[in-house]
Amino acid sequence: MSAVVPPLDHLDDRYFWEGAARWELVVQRCSSCGHQRYPPAPQCPECSSSEFVDFVSSGRGTIYAWILSHHPTKKDESPRVVVMVALDEGVRVVSNLIDCDLDEVANDLAVEVCFISQEGFTLPQFRLAEAGATNERRTREYGV
Amino acid sequence: MVSEISGRAVISGIGQTEFSKDSGRSTLRLATEAATAAIADAGLEPADIRGTVTFTQDENDEIALATAVGIPELGYTSRSRGGGGGSGSTIQQAAVAVASGVADHVLIYRAFNERSGRRFGQPLKGNPDPTWNPYRPYGLDTPMKVYALWAQHYLHHFGLTNEDLALYAVQAREYASTNPAASYYGKPLSFEEHQASRWIVEPVLRLYDCCQESDGGVALVVSRSDQASRYPSPVRIRAAVQGHLRGGHEMFNYYEGDLTYFPETRAVATRIWNEAGVTGTDYDVALLYDNMTPMVFLQMEGLGICGPGEARDFIASGGMRLDGATPINTNGGLIGEGYIHGMNLITEAVRQVRGTAANQVVGAETAVFCSGRSAVVLGAW
Repeated sequence: MSAVVPPLDHLDDRYFWEGAARWELVVQRCSSCGHQRYPPAPQCPECSSSEFVDFVSSGRGTIYAWILSHHPTKKDESPRVVVMVALDEGVRVVSNLIDCDLDEVANDLAVEVCFISQEGFTLPQFRLAEAGATNERRTREYGV
Repeated sequence: MVSEISGRAVISGIGQTEFSKDSGRSTLRLATEAATAAIADAGLEPADIRGTVTFTQDENDEIALATAVGIPELGYTSRSRGGGGGSGSTIQQAAVAVASGVADHVLIYRAFNERSGRRFGQPLKGNPDPTWNPYRPYGLDTPMKVYALWAQHYLHHFGLTNEDLALYAVQAREYASTNPAASYYGKPLSFEEHQASRWIVEPVLRLYDCCQESDGGVALVVSRSDQASRYPSPVRIRAAVQGHLRGGHEMFNYYEGDLTYFPETRAVATRIWNEAGVTGTDYDVALLYDNMTPMVFLQMEGLGICGPGEARDFIASGGMRLDGATPINTNGGLIGEGYIHGMNLITEAVRQVRGTAANQVVGAETAVFCSGRSAVVLGAW
């Protein structure tokens, strides 16, 4: 895989990348009203509370949308499938689908999170879900 | 609430340079040429201009431009947000200044060398700022990819494919082929040529689904309507609106709606109704920001030109042709004429209402320009 552009450090989403480093897909859940929000924001848009807890997503969801990302004008040796995943908990996240042939990719397929260590950060990724496989097992399998 | 803009401001002049792949001139010179042409078109002198408006990413400093054009003093400068989605906002910002009495005449400008200089279609070099953290590390590094992810869900939901998007591209290029100002003048596009072009973002966008990268400049002058008899060919600003919704971004709103529609365009349509009392079927001609083909479909449906999921059949049945229900992007659009970040669609709307367009809609009196998150409705004076 070509070099992945890292996230920039920022106080409002540091919790997300810290969670990814623990192999956890973290969604903000408002401490006051329970509203879940992604992408990160400093305050709940529903109730204005700035308190939240790191809610660890099951990492399970379905493919809501997808594209193939390659360089628009040059030969690209490592195109990536970008997916928007509708998590079972009810929020959407953008990520990549890995370990999947392009002709297998389709909307509504079940996927689950895994994590890839990059230089200096960990990136949540998704793979097609296998019946009976737990997020825990696949995460550990992949990351080490 | 009806705003105070409607009826108080007019577009008094328009100007532009040629649209090319290599202008050979500085962006400031392109802006200066377009501005000088627009001021002359309005029947004004540079000294009449008291304000300027542009929007994000323009390289040209207001004072440098005013100096080059010969404007002795500015009392108002403003830049609106939102990349190309902010193009319609420029009319609102200028009209607000004029309607409030801050300036009698405001110059709007946009110029860049987007092909020979920094190419807009190339990937971002790095991560521009932390708001890109949820996207850039995953490879969303061009506007085409960012939009295409949304459009893929739209296509999937309505059972459409890239072949359906081609219907728009072919029609836009047909208009461009008879517009002498268009980059693709004399060069129509066949469906087969479209389908043979390479993927830019599979499975949504092929090369000919994407707007051009162009060098050029466009300018307009917005003036007080109570002096309209001074201008050779004024066009009424009936509505000038923006619509930015919770959870949105300058290129998408991935999280709040179901991605089968353009929520900001629906918001804009509601504001147009409140300001001008017109709706999707009232437009004699529509100019819709076609940075890529699916955005035309989404804006047609968002404005109510047709119903949800109906854009494909509307176009396939000839609805956007000159004799159709609502002619769309009669200059060839950003795909066919050139890409000056939407501003060349506003000038086409002005020409249609004036009756001077290359592909003129007979008797056009009401034109809409929409850039997704901002829009303008123009009417005959």
